[in-house]
Amino acid sequence: MKLKSLIFGVAATAVAASGTWVSAQAEELYVPNLSYRTGPFAGGGIPIANGFNDYFTMLNERDGGIGGIKVKVEECETGYNAQKGVECYEATKGNGALVYNPYSTGITLQLIPKAPEDKIPVLSMGYGLSAAAIGESFPYTFNYPTSYWSQMSSILKYIDANGGLKDKKIGFIYLDVGYGKEPIPLLEKLAPELGFKWVGFPVGVKEMQNQSSQWLNVRKEKPDWMIMWGWGAMNATAVKEAAKIRFPMDKFIGNWWAGAHADLDPVGSTGKGYLAANFSGVGADFPALQDIKKYVVDAGKSQVDPEKIGDVLYNRGLFNAVIIAEAIKAAQEKSGKKAITGEDMRDGLELFDLSDARLKELGLEGFTGAIKGSCKDHEGAGAVFIQQWTGDNWERVSDLIPPMTDVVRPLLEEAAAKFKSDKPEWKTQTCG
Amino acid sequence: MFYREAGQFKTNYKDDQAMFPILQDRIGMLFILVIAFGIIPAFANTLVFNSIMIPFLIWSLAAIGLNILTGYCGQLSLGTGAFMGVGAYSCYKLTTIFPEVNIIVHFFLSGFFAAAIGVAFGLPSLRIKGLYLAITTLAAQFFLEWCFIRIPWLYNYNDSGAIDSTTRSLFGVTIAGASAEPMVRYYVVLCIVIFLAWIASNVIRGRIGRSWMMIRDMDIAAELMGIKPLHAKLSAFAMSSFYCGVAGSLMVFMWLGSAEVESFDINKSFLVLFMVIIGGLGSIKGCFMGAFFIFVLPIMMRALPGYLGLDVGAATMEHVTAMFIGALIIFFLIVEPHGFARLWGIGKEKLRNWPFPYG
Repeated sequence: MKLKSLIFGVAATAVAASGTWVSAQAEELYVPNLSYRTGPFAGGGIPIANGFNDYFTMLNERDGGIGGIKVKVEECETGYNAQKGVECYEATKGNGALVYNPYSTGITLQLIPKAPEDKIPVLSMGYGLSAAAIGESFPYTFNYPTSYWSQMSSILKYIDANGGLKDKKIGFIYLDVGYGKEPIPLLEKLAPELGFKWVGFPVGVKEMQNQSSQWLNVRKEKPDWMIMWGWGAMNATAVKEAAKIRFPMDKFIGNWWAGAHADLDPVGSTGKGYLAANFSGVGADFPALQDIKKYVVDAGKSQVDPEKIGDVLYNRGLFNAVIIAEAIKAAQEKSGKKAITGEDMRDGLELFDLSDARLKELGLEGFTGAIKGSCKDHEGAGAVFIQQWTGDNWERVSDLIPPMTDVVRPLLEEAAAKFKSDKPEWKTQTCG
Repeated sequence: MFYREAGQFKTNYKDDQAMFPILQDRIGMLFILVIAFGIIPAFANTLVFNSIMIPFLIWSLAAIGLNILTGYCGQLSLGTGAFMGVGAYSCYKLTTIFPEVNIIVHFFLSGFFAAAIGVAFGLPSLRIKGLYLAITTLAAQFFLEWCFIRIPWLYNYNDSGAIDSTTRSLFGVTIAGASAEPMVRYYVVLCIVIFLAWIASNVIRGRIGRSWMMIRDMDIAAELMGIKPLHAKLSAFAMSSFYCGVAGSLMVFMWLGSAEVESFDINKSFLVLFMVIIGGLGSIKGCFMGAFFIFVLPIMMRALPGYLGLDVGAATMEHVTAMFIGALIIFFLIVEPHGFARLWGIGKEKLRNWPFPYG
């Protein structure tokens, strides 16, 4: 009984105290980081969170923040769980959060309707709802540098340039959740237009580490190329299974969530030749990353293992921070305020313009392609490149491949219209 | 002494059959209602509404659902998550097909869909018992999850495969959708949960509830005494699934705003089962206590270092919370295997005897 009353006492205090949730100081740029360092996808979540935090710490240490005020990054653990993600959102939004990066399509879908109500933008960097690229329909959602559909079109372009697409059979192996199913409408649309056939191989979340039946089907179907939309433990398993049935590795392309060091390190030389799309540079040879080493990691202000700086997903998290930092700068310039609000941040994200010259200034020359957003375009038409696994590291093997905007854009518009169709109160914007 | 019933005489059958026959219980209940309807809304912020109170009430409702089946009728079920899903998906379909019908009506209608599915999967319970039945309900869980992915009609052929809440109002006040005020949603959920909890506790006290308990305690004896297992077991499945279905639809429309199939996976079934076991099998108030312990306590623990001004990493806190809650579960189940409801009963007994305990 004693312990019980103690627990209830503690709990009651917590309830009473929750009325006065700790709020951030006024002169601060508050950016919550919905990370997942626990759970089944922690292998991918940890490097992303580290890269994200370290870039802002570096800006604070080197430049004294952005526009003279410091950025406060607060991590909230989601465990890749949509319910916990919403809980994190509710817990942090009152502190003056500028933007949310959910790192999970499930959480993104939940935040998209909340964003216009709370006037805090959602930046789902290369994930989430593809249709959010249509700025008129989704004023508060952004998916720089490109959406999944654009990425798929870039991958198809790569295949076309490397042996042709016509009359080929493309196998599509995907995680059987919203994320993996996203590009299917595009495949269905493009297959007759470009003259290829495609076969889908869904992998349930529970079967991620046991894909023998799917790969047995792959062997039966004999596709010329395989494309994978995987995440977490699924990726390494798929590459191993592909090796088992002797599928040629250089005809197997993963998307940008299926091509990290965390995925291929356990596979090692078996996966040699495996291809993956990417939009954030590999390696730590960029001046900005050297600054992170100097100001953050060597000063003991990071959680990262120094050897992992420059890993694919570390750089992905860093790139997300770069987009936010640039948008904050644009927002500060437009509003004339230093401490901006979520609404200013939204405008800043629309003004986002990452040119090659600006990348060089940031110390990230050649890190990614130029991205420019607008009121209409919330994906920025960023290009991807293809990287190849050498057996112990990733190596860039292609130039930047821009998406087939002319084909993808009308499809995105159609999807956005469909999304709005049963929601008469959905808030849109008109672009001048 | 604190809890003395002496002097409270019941002079008619009505008093004897009252839900709360003791004055102290009535005062206590009134006190809880005042807190729930007055004090919490007066002090709570959106975080407390959206992340603590609304989900707490919804989980309590799901736990009541499972408790009817497992605690009162003795049929072990691992399909709770899927039955919640049936409610959620049918509510989504109903409200998109008939947008003009009030969403509250849809919440209850979707419960009937869940009840029908529950009865279908409850049929094997007439032949198989105990752990074997658990396996068949597990089959329901996997089969229904499969349906939620593979039948695109259920989610209106959305590319994302998710169902989402749309804006719906009652008497001109928006109660569902992203623009609904958290306090309004809280009141809606609170009223539904209190209403259903009241219905449940009355059904349990009545003829149907007693037949469930007879089946639970000894089915052969119950059958010999004229209880039809077909009626008793299937009605328990129906009512249990109805409650879970309503909880599922509330989960999507009042709490999460959108849901994918993962929102109704096997982990949710386990979560609700743990709530029922920790709270106490065969007790309505235990459901609330279990939901508090399993769902609310970890959230509070995670927030604790923030209040104390300690800088603990989010992931570290997650691990610490998981360990601490795990240890507490073991501790409480060793101290009192019948759950919090039983502990509550013992506490009440002690208060009654104080200051001269005996026995």
